[in-house]
Amino acid sequence: MSAYDKVQAARDAKRLTAVDYISRMFGSSFFELHGDRRFGDDKAIVGGLAMLYNQPVTVIGIEKGRTTKERMSRNFGSANPEGYRKALRLMKQAEKFHRPVLCLVDTSGAYPGIGAEERGQGLAIAENIMEMMTLKTPILSILIGEGGSGGALALAVADEVWMLENSIYSVISPEGCASILWKDSTKAPEASECLKLTSHNLFDLGVVERIIREPAGIDDRKMFEGLKMLIARTFEKNLNVDVDTLTQERYDRFRKLGNNV
Amino acid sequence: MDLFTFLKPKNELEGSEQADTNTPFVPDSLWVKCPSCNTMLLASDLKENVGVCTKCGHHFRMTARERIALVADKGTFEEFDKDMVSKNFLKFPMYDEKLAGAKKKSREKESVVTGKCEIDGNSIVLCVMSPDFMMGSMGTVTGEKITKAFEYATENRLPVVVFTVSGGARMQEGIMSLMQMAKTSGAVKKHSDAGLLYITVLTDPTTGGVTASFAMEGDIILSEPNALVAFAGPRVVEQTTHTKLPKGFQRAEFVLDKGFIDSVVNRKDLKKTLATLLSMHSGEVKE
Repeated sequence: MSAYDKVQAARDAKRLTAVDYISRMFGSSFFELHGDRRFGDDKAIVGGLAMLYNQPVTVIGIEKGRTTKERMSRNFGSANPEGYRKALRLMKQAEKFHRPVLCLVDTSGAYPGIGAEERGQGLAIAENIMEMMTLKTPILSILIGEGGSGGALALAVADEVWMLENSIYSVISPEGCASILWKDSTKAPEASECLKLTSHNLFDLGVVERIIREPAGIDDRKMFEGLKMLIARTFEKNLNVDVDTLTQERYDRFRKLGNNV
Repeated sequence: MDLFTFLKPKNELEGSEQADTNTPFVPDSLWVKCPSCNTMLLASDLKENVGVCTKCGHHFRMTARERIALVADKGTFEEFDKDMVSKNFLKFPMYDEKLAGAKKKSREKESVVTGKCEIDGNSIVLCVMSPDFMMGSMGTVTGEKITKAFEYATENRLPVVVFTVSGGARMQEGIMSLMQMAKTSGAVKKHSDAGLLYITVLTDPTTGGVTASFAMEGDIILSEPNALVAFAGPRVVEQTTHTKLPKGFQRAEFVLDKGFIDSVVNRKDLKKTLATLLSMHSGEVKE
């Protein structure tokens, strides 16, 4: 698959979204928690409590929606500041109860709306990044579809970041990049190559720790069983690390990115 | 609505068209036209007036060195990491040329200058972004220099003052530029957890990944008048929402009114304001 094929796979309307992951891994144990306690409840972000085998966890996902109607109500997975603030509230709650946090990232980017700007979109993202860096509980982020810039990073400061094989993670959309570089957004396929946004590129760059294979043709139940097991093992390992070491290692993880100068 | 236009214009700010609307304030020509009130200003008068239009108060953009000269006590600035340079590690098309052009234009090696200095006798770590180096876009060296400056400040228990100006993350460095948002924010958090003061001064324009990281993380956030302060730039917002933007949208006074900036400070009062705030956090009683 070319980089652009991956971009299209990541954006495919039939691709599983965050709520699919939640229902397949946590079933009826998931209890959704709403609202940021400040402004409103952003439906582009789904958060709540769930049981991972015997371990209670906080799960937060960016949800694009599956039907047209649902996509509209979810704002196509582009969160407003209150969505990021809801996520941070739930992470702080997880910290209080020393419960691991699982983030599922799938967004073309934070919403660039008038209200979003008026309510401090930049600050909301900045606060999440800063607070997640020292959150005293294990965090794991998995990019399941699109990882669009700061809006994705706001849920991807974690002990480990994983990517589904056909997900992407980029500082800018390939269309945006192409229109700046060549004043031609139809050159997105070329831009996709330049941006090094595939899971394999990002693994090589040291930005992600693990790639989750997406087996074609096999029942995806198997994939979810495997994924659930991997998540549980990672949390179990990190719950046994003392929190100061855990947050220091999280800091070091990001500290080393781009210091080879 | 086209989903994929969302992210686009964030980086468009780095284009050359920005330079036309607000040229750096020490021009070679004798006369400069104020882009705000169209008055023809004598270049020497403008310089004398710290790059502020003598008629309407418009704040022209300033280079990093001009800023340092404006706020640091004379002869106190000691630069950190001045030889750190960006590499085209992704072999991104036209990036080498872009870097060479930026270096030539700005006479800087990167989009931020970091170091330590004194402001009215208060020792601080100072980071100043440069609008004439790829419109202050944040690459790995930018992130590394800022991170190191914060780490130095934490270790030596010094306050930090950062002047921001940025079109956002540097797309030519791909995901690594995005990672600088996390890296710098981590260093800010450690500095903050150590009980130390961080003041940001937002200048025109502060947008994208810089807004969504260290620009908004100050204990005290100041801004110059009329500075554009945004996550998504106005063009992106307009294209996405197909709505006419409110008057003054994303300008410093508007952002102040919405509650995201502590104070809008005129350039002429900036040094005094910083000195006052710093001395209030110095732990010493001044006569």
